[in-house]
Amino acid sequence: MSDLRLDVRKTYKMYVGGQFIRSESGRFLPAKSSAGEHLDNICHASRKDLRDAVVAARPATDGWAKKTAYLRSQILYRAAEMLENRASALIAEIARSTGVSNGQARKEVTLAIDRLVYFAGWSDKFSQVFGSVNPVASSHFNFTTPEPTGIVVVLAPDEPSLVALVSLVAPIILTGNSAIVVASEKYPLPALTFAEILATSDLPGGVINILSGKHAELLPHIASHMDINAIVDASGSAETQVALQKGVATNLKRYTVRTLSDKDWFTKAGEDPYWIMDTVEFKTAWHPIGI
Amino acid sequence: MTELLPTTRRFRTMREAVPTVDQVMVEERAASFGKRSIKTSAKLAGLKMAVSMCDLTTLEGKDTPGKVAYLCRKAIQPIDPKYNVPSCAAVCVYPNMVRYARKFLGDNSPVNIAAVATGFPSGQYPLRTKLEEVRRTVADGADEIDMVIDRCAFLAGDHAKVFDEIAATKEACGPTHLKVILETGELVTYDNVRLASEIAMQAGGDFIKTSTGKVSPAATMPVTLVMLEAIRDYFFATGIRIGMKPAGGIRTSKQALAYLVMVKETLGDDWLNPEMFRFGASTLVNDVLMQIVKNVEGNYQGADYFSLS
Repeated sequence: MSDLRLDVRKTYKMYVGGQFIRSESGRFLPAKSSAGEHLDNICHASRKDLRDAVVAARPATDGWAKKTAYLRSQILYRAAEMLENRASALIAEIARSTGVSNGQARKEVTLAIDRLVYFAGWSDKFSQVFGSVNPVASSHFNFTTPEPTGIVVVLAPDEPSLVALVSLVAPIILTGNSAIVVASEKYPLPALTFAEILATSDLPGGVINILSGKHAELLPHIASHMDINAIVDASGSAETQVALQKGVATNLKRYTVRTLSDKDWFTKAGEDPYWIMDTVEFKTAWHPIGI
Repeated sequence: MTELLPTTRRFRTMREAVPTVDQVMVEERAASFGKRSIKTSAKLAGLKMAVSMCDLTTLEGKDTPGKVAYLCRKAIQPIDPKYNVPSCAAVCVYPNMVRYARKFLGDNSPVNIAAVATGFPSGQYPLRTKLEEVRRTVADGADEIDMVIDRCAFLAGDHAKVFDEIAATKEACGPTHLKVILETGELVTYDNVRLASEIAMQAGGDFIKTSTGKVSPAATMPVTLVMLEAIRDYFFATGIRIGMKPAGGIRTSKQALAYLVMVKETLGDDWLNPEMFRFGASTLVNDVLMQIVKNVEGNYQGADYFSLS
């Protein structure tokens, strides 16, 4: 037997409806390191993959929103536990993709875990903090509560490749929304490895879906799809913002831009609880009293 | 009982006389119909055809006159007229709801009223009450009766009883269209489905229908193919065209198009119209409408923007 052996290389699959899938188009792209080295192949999502992700996310969001706030909180905490357990895999992934030192990568993963725990705590609190009881002149008990808006598409920035993603997705799903993440075009591997960790947490399939590929190709369909309720755009790209805003102008889909510098994601600015309000809808009820 | 039966419809079916079904081949062939590529204008035409063949169905204990009126309105005009979508073929309701549907639709509606009868869905009732139910439902204004066969008798081997009940129901219907529900999910084998199809056709059913929708599995492609082949062979033997209605479990446009392909390739264009082929469905219509709008407008649609199914 010779010691020579071929590496068994992995094609990173996308995460849709709790399943790891290839693109229906069969296309793939090389994922490169910051130095330009070909690391592995990733899937090149088509518009039909986006459509399929929405089809998977819709029933998921119905079930997820019906779970108790306490349970959603527990499940997010469980995701943090799993991330802690598999931290070394993610540290290696971030380091080899983006070229940062192992120490910096470790700092990023640790912060990502803390962010998940932080936002997990908001799941059973946002309703009390952001909701209100309103004084009215008639004999009604009048109250306003935030409800999840539905399916939210997230455009992740290139860097930081993990902590930004976690900080974007957690405030979206903790209220009962489901998220379709389009991973960074430049450094998609940490997001796809994160998906493998999510798959072993208790998060129901379809609540977080992760696609990889070329953003420009998906943008018009993200903007025009009538079953996508909101978009959170942290791509930082002016062209992306223009394309999406033009698209949502015709259907009034909720569109939010997050403009944080690479460094900002590591500060308190990256864990803003008011972000929760960008993907909830406020519903007011008038309850008759004293009649 | 026999004196009720016209002599030309004497029960002749015996198990030996009915061909057996090759399970592997029928499942392979049925699966192949889903692989045809149907795009753009052909797809749009197919989707509109599927709407025109739909029996918009509500069969629940919680049905109300309001729900039936809503369903009738949706059947007459499924979506904004600018999309040029035809009316559905019929609404399908319980006997007690027929009078409300008739009141809403009036006497000259393009949409028929189909009513399930004969102790739907189990059929475990005496023939006398089943026939009385049929007569009253017809008197209330039903255009079509969807009867269930007596699976108890069928599975116990009393095929003559099944035949006689269908024939008696046909007589009670008079000129009203009769669809015979085999409830294939309870018949266990394809051979039984084939035999039950033969009995239903010979006993006078105008349509044969797979399922009540209350039993799983409901309509499947292979089971529908077995029934379509029975219809084809019956047509070659007698020259009589029997209609087909798969019901239950057909929820997506893709499935609907696959069924249409199967009908076209098994029976031909003569069966590709609402007089000879129907879908029994409640949620299918909305998916088809969403696909039609996607085809016209170019963007993916969301259920929030369509009426309740």
